[in-house]
Formats: sequence, structure tokens, C-alpha cells
Amino acid sequence: MSKQRVNMTRKNQEETGVQLLQLLISGVAQGCIYGLIALGFVLIYKATETVSFAQGDLMMVGAFSGLAAMTLLGFPFWIAVPAAIVAMGIFGVLLERLVIRPILGQPAFSIVMLTIGVGYVLRGLITMIPDVGTDTHTMPVPYAGEVLRLGGLVIAAEQMVVIGATGILCLGLFAMFKYSKLGIAMQAASQNQLAAYYMGIPVKRINGLVWGLAAGVAAVAGLLLAPITFVHANMGFIGLKAFPAAVVGGFGSLPGAIVGGLVIGIVESLSGFYLPEGFKDIAPYIVVLLMLVLKPNGLFGEKLRKKV
Amino acid sequence: MRFIFKTEYNQDITLAKHGGHVFWYSLLAIFLVLAPWALPEYWLAQMTFVLIYAVVGLGLMLLAGFTGLFSLGHAAFLGVGAYTQAVMVNAGVPFPLALVCAGVFSAIAGVIVGLPALRVKGIYLGMATLAFGFIVEEGMARWESVTGGNAGLMVTYPKLGGWTLDSTEEFYFLCLLVTVGATLAIVNLLRSSTGRAFVAIRDSEISAQSMGIHLARYKTLSFALSAALAGIGGALYAHKIQFLSPEQFSIIQSIDLLLMVVIGGLGSIHGAFLGAIFLIVMPQLIALGKDFLPAAIGGAAGLQGTVYGMVLIAFVLFEPMGLYGRWLKVRTWFQLFPFYRRGLFKRQKSFQKSDRLK
Repeated sequence: MSKQRVNMTRKNQEETGVQLLQLLISGVAQGCIYGLIALGFVLIYKATETVSFAQGDLMMVGAFSGLAAMTLLGFPFWIAVPAAIVAMGIFGVLLERLVIRPILGQPAFSIVMLTIGVGYVLRGLITMIPDVGTDTHTMPVPYAGEVLRLGGLVIAAEQMVVIGATGILCLGLFAMFKYSKLGIAMQAASQNQLAAYYMGIPVKRINGLVWGLAAGVAAVAGLLLAPITFVHANMGFIGLKAFPAAVVGGFGSLPGAIVGGLVIGIVESLSGFYLPEGFKDIAPYIVVLLMLVLKPNGLFGEKLRKKV
Repeated sequence: MRFIFKTEYNQDITLAKHGGHVFWYSLLAIFLVLAPWALPEYWLAQMTFVLIYAVVGLGLMLLAGFTGLFSLGHAAFLGVGAYTQAVMVNAGVPFPLALVCAGVFSAIAGVIVGLPALRVKGIYLGMATLAFGFIVEEGMARWESVTGGNAGLMVTYPKLGGWTLDSTEEFYFLCLLVTVGATLAIVNLLRSSTGRAFVAIRDSEISAQSMGIHLARYKTLSFALSAALAGIGGALYAHKIQFLSPEQFSIIQSIDLLLMVVIGGLGSIHGAFLGAIFLIVMPQLIALGKDFLPAAIGGAAGLQGTVYGMVLIAFVLFEPMGLYGRWLKVRTWFQLFPFYRRGLFKRQKSFQKSDRLK
């Protein structure tokens, strides 16, 4: 009798362990998406000291352009994905040149409102495309619906791809910022624009490229998210959950954005299971409020104070 | 050009600075009082909405335009006010008392948000208010015993003793009264030392601090007053719309409110009203314009969002002082005719105001 009970509890414990692991993995996968969008915020914040509210909508446009490349133009998956990312990168550069650059130097809030406007326009224009804009689409990816079974663990291929791709992208960005001339120039420009300008770095062009990079990263996030949640015009609202990610990581830190994204993703996934219904959606915001009260500069933010 | 000759000290503190003010504002007052008889009922209802949004706009203008603190969660205060009013009036409380309670509860919520906001600046403040907005919205959806949750909550007509304000006209006058009161309060506040302190904080926190302004106190006060006005606006909104559901107070509403003050013109009281007019009239104009567009564009669902976004982009790029700024330029052009110069209102680039440390 008692032996049987011990066996039962052990089995229960194993099950809860597997369950926890399962939740953690889905949280990490979701967190990677948040992290990637937050990465876009941070890139733009570091370069132009403004926050782009259009990041979520850029992600949505990225997903739609990937979809268009696959279904409309008939590209195979492996060409459509880079094509969508490059197209979004170019779009980001153009956006910076046409809309953002003319008002650089204005109070930061003007640019925030401007990006909100850009987000409205992007969402509106996508919705206005006849027959396509208002519908929900499935992204035809080759790995759709496949699962990996590991003991009691069931991992969807989509989640594996999200985690893997985020890891590779982060390594790539890390290498770029550390070793390439362009990356070092971006770092210099974000630290001190005037000094960078004196050293011969074309700061304006660098800012444009940063916007392109941020839009490209947003497109990656959109393409990764698409198989999980479908493609639709309002998917950009997930960008609002990436703000907590950026704040938790410290708004000025690139690794912080990814870590913050993971924290938010895991918290969301766990609170969705262990806490009463409703907490899942606001858990990220509770975390961010706690963070702002306890450690306003985030996990990786620098604590600095302006001198007069 | 108008030259004001000052012959009395009291001239410095009168609200109407010259005959022009007296004339035009009297004309406006007469129009507003006669509006119920002059306008068809539909337009009167729209004007009531303008007045309600103007009250909320005044609050947000005080916070964003005069104290320099931006709130991305102002719809939450609107919601707190609306639900307070709805629950109290439904329980039979006379509406003036409910209105005061709506303002007070919102102000308390404002202080609660203001407290963490004191430690953070700029974008972090935006994030804190955004987070607060989401939490309140979810709270309204989940606290079903009071708010009715996602199913919504019906609101009865405002009642005072045996008198029920159930006609469009009566409610319009109530809104007009509240709006005029709120406007006079804000105008006078901005002339007082408190208002001056707000403006000083907006222009430079560091210099305000060195002049002896208690930053924490004034920022919290600004949040509280702004939230109180939003709450009163929300209370009127509840009666006007007569049906409350949490999604009316989402981030979209918060962004609409911000859009209102930015397009109206940050840092001007007129801006709150012009923005409110814009917010109410724009959808009507879009609906009218739809008929002239090809069906593929005119009938599309995203048209309104696109137009809003484009107008917002155009204003930020070309007229950062909003509608009121444009009006100032036009007026100056006429006043100075033919001496208006192109660079008269030239924007100063403010690279120096960077938060960057180096």
C-alpha cells in the first residue's frame, strides 16, 4: 500500500517536472519573440534615443511580406525568408530617411508620436488590401506541425526553430557589434554622436542602417512567430508586450533585451498555468512595474545621472 | 497689431486681456448656450462628446503639455471614473456626489501611478503608465461582481432628487457646466505658483529643482489633478455612452487621447479643445469622404487608421505645435501683415536636451 503510494508520488513528481519543463520551453520560445522585438527597440533607442512604437507593426509587415513572397511570388521557403528580411531592412532604411530624419533633434516625444502614426498607417494599409488584409493566414513553413518527443516531453518544431534562430541571430549580432567595422561604428555613434562624427563616422547614415537592422530583426521575429500564431493585421500588438521585456533588461542594453524577453516569456507561461485566469496577460506588466519600483534601470542598465 | 495700454494693476490678472478676448469669448458663450435650440440633436450629441473629451484632454494637457510627463495609460483613469460613476449612480447616489467620487477615485489612482513614476523618467514613465493601463483594463474585465466584466454594464441617467437628466439638452448643459468649470480651474491653476512650477518642471527638471521646486510633490500633484479630470470626463462619458465595457478603456483609447492633445497642440489650453473637436469630427469627415473614393479604398476597414496615422505624421513633421500652433501663425500673419517673416516660428533644434550623458 505505502510502496504503491510512494510510486504514485514519484510518478506525480516526474509528471510535474516534465510539465514544468514543458512550460519553460514554451515560455522561452515566446520570450525569444519578445526579446527579438525588444532588440529592435533597444537598437533604435541606442542610436537615436527614441522609442519606436512601430516595431510591432514592422514585425507584422515582415510576416506579411514573407507570406507574400511564398504564396504570391511562389518563392521557396529558403529564398522567401531572406528576401522578406532584406526587403524589411530596406523599408526600415527608407522609413528613417523619409520620416524620422527630418525631425531628429526634436523632443523625444515627437518621435514617439511619429512612430505611433507610422504604426497606425502600416496596420491600416495592410488591412486595406482587399481580401487579404482582414483575414487570418497560415504561413506554409516546411516544419509545420512536426513535434519532437523527448521522454515525456513534447516539443513543437516551431518552438525549436524560434529558439534556435534567435540564438543564431544573437551570435551573429554579437559578432557584428564586436568585430565588424560597421558594428563598432554603430556602438561609437550610440555612445557619443559628436565624437563619432569627429572620427569620421557618418552618423546619419549609421542611424539609417540601425533602423534597417531593427526592421530586419522585426521581420525575423514576425517570420518566426507566424507559424505559431498565424499572420494577421493585428499581430503587431504583441509588440506592446516587448516593451516590458526591454525595460526589464534595461532599455539601453542589447543582451538585456533578450534576457528581458526570456524573463517575460517564462513569467507569462508559468503564470498562465499556476495563477488564476487573467493573470497571464498582465503578468508582464506587473513584472515591469515591480522592476521600475525596485530597479528602475533594469537588469543590465547603467546607472548614470546627468551632471549640470 | 494690438497694443495693450496698462492703466491698472488689475489688468495683469484679469483673464480677458483685451476687448477682442471679451468679444470673441462672449460670442462663443452665447453660441454654446443657444446650441440646443440652434443645432439638430445629432450634432448636439457630437458637441457633448467634444465637451467630454475636452475635459479629459485638459487633464492630459496639464500632465503632458504643461508638466512634460507623458502618460500612455490615461484611458485607465477614464475607466476608473466611468465605472465609479456607473456603479454609484446605479446604486442611487445623487450624480453630483458620484461625480466628485469619480474624480477623487481617479486622483487616488493617479497618485498610485505617480509614485513609481517619480523614480523614473521619459520612456520609463511611459512604460509604467502603459503597464498600469493594461492592469486596470484587465482588472475591469475580471472584477465581474462590480463592473459586470466583459459582458458590460448599463448606466442609468444622472439623477438628483426627483429630477432625471434624460434629455440630450439637459445632459449637454451638465457637460457644458463641468467643462467651463474645469477650464477656468486649469486656466487659474496655470497662473498660480503651482502652475508655474509645473511649467518649470517641463522646461528643465534640473533648474526647477535648483529653484527649490519639490519635484516629487509637484509631479504627484500633476498626476493627481490630471487623473481627476480624466475621471470626471470618464463619469460624463459613462452617462453619454450608457454602456461600459473594459475594451473601451484599452491602449487604443489611451493613444487616441494622446493623439488628441498632440494634434490639438501641446502646451496650450485651446489645444485640448481643438484636439477634441478633431477627434470627434474626423471620423465623420472620413465617413463623408468615403463616398468620393473608389469602393476598394472607401469601403476598406483600415481607412480610418491610415488617415489618423497620416494626419498624426503630418502634424509631427510639419506643425509640431498642432492645430493651435497653426492658428497662432495664421493670426500673426494677419496681425503683422505685410511683415510676417518665414522664420518667425522656426523650431529650435533641441539636441542639447538629450538624456545622453556625454
